[in-house]
Amino acid sequence: MNKIEILKKLPYAEPFLFVDELLDIHSEGAVGKFTFKRDMNFYRGHFKEVPITPGVILTECCAQIGLVCLGIFLLGKDIDETPLQIGMSSSDMEFYIPIYPGETVRVESEKVYFRFGKLKCRVKLFNQAGELACKGVLAGMLKSERNGK
Amino acid sequence: MSEKEKRYQELKSIVANYLPDDVSAESISLQSHFINELNINSANLVDIVLDVEDAFDIMLENEDMDQMETVQDALRIVDSKIESRT
Repeated sequence: MNKIEILKKLPYAEPFLFVDELLDIHSEGAVGKFTFKRDMNFYRGHFKEVPITPGVILTECCAQIGLVCLGIFLLGKDIDETPLQIGMSSSDMEFYIPIYPGETVRVESEKVYFRFGKLKCRVKLFNQAGELACKGVLAGMLKSERNGK
Repeated sequence: MSEKEKRYQELKSIVANYLPDDVSAESISLQSHFINELNINSANLVDIVLDVEDAFDIMLENEDMDQMETVQDALRIVDSKIESRT
């Protein structure tokens, strides 16, 4: 499955899609990009006077690129005709630098394991200047109906 | 303690690591159903299987996972894997 096909299979839409482009994907990991548009709704309230991308949104961006895109790639043909079922099962993140409105971030993930429908990855998110903004370990369950139960 | 009893004790100590706060380690018995009684979710059940593989130096397959509903099921799978290894 190529990068464009993987993006088409993502079960997200605006305002909760946090992947613009996949730069690399293979059995051990994924790399992707996303630009946080200045008019995204959460900046109105996080924070009232100082718009900064919330950590939960950065975590979600890491999960969509690092776990879900990679998971779709790993499931491969199994999800061609069956709906994808996904759920995040754990997240352990540390945050170092704020991401401001308008920044393009790069997410890199590295597979720890994918077994019995559970995908666990180490993820890193870099800001527009290429500095490490957050990193952690995320895991989720990914299944298509044919693949498991 | 017999080999099988040792395996059961080791399995119990692995399972105990993944119990939610409202389930005590004393409530683990052979008959305990991982998901329905011990309130272990499917993601943590995978963690238990991976720990079991490391602890007993065995490898489980998808079919084994499908059969693993209770502690007794897990123990039976572990026993058969260990026996078929030697």
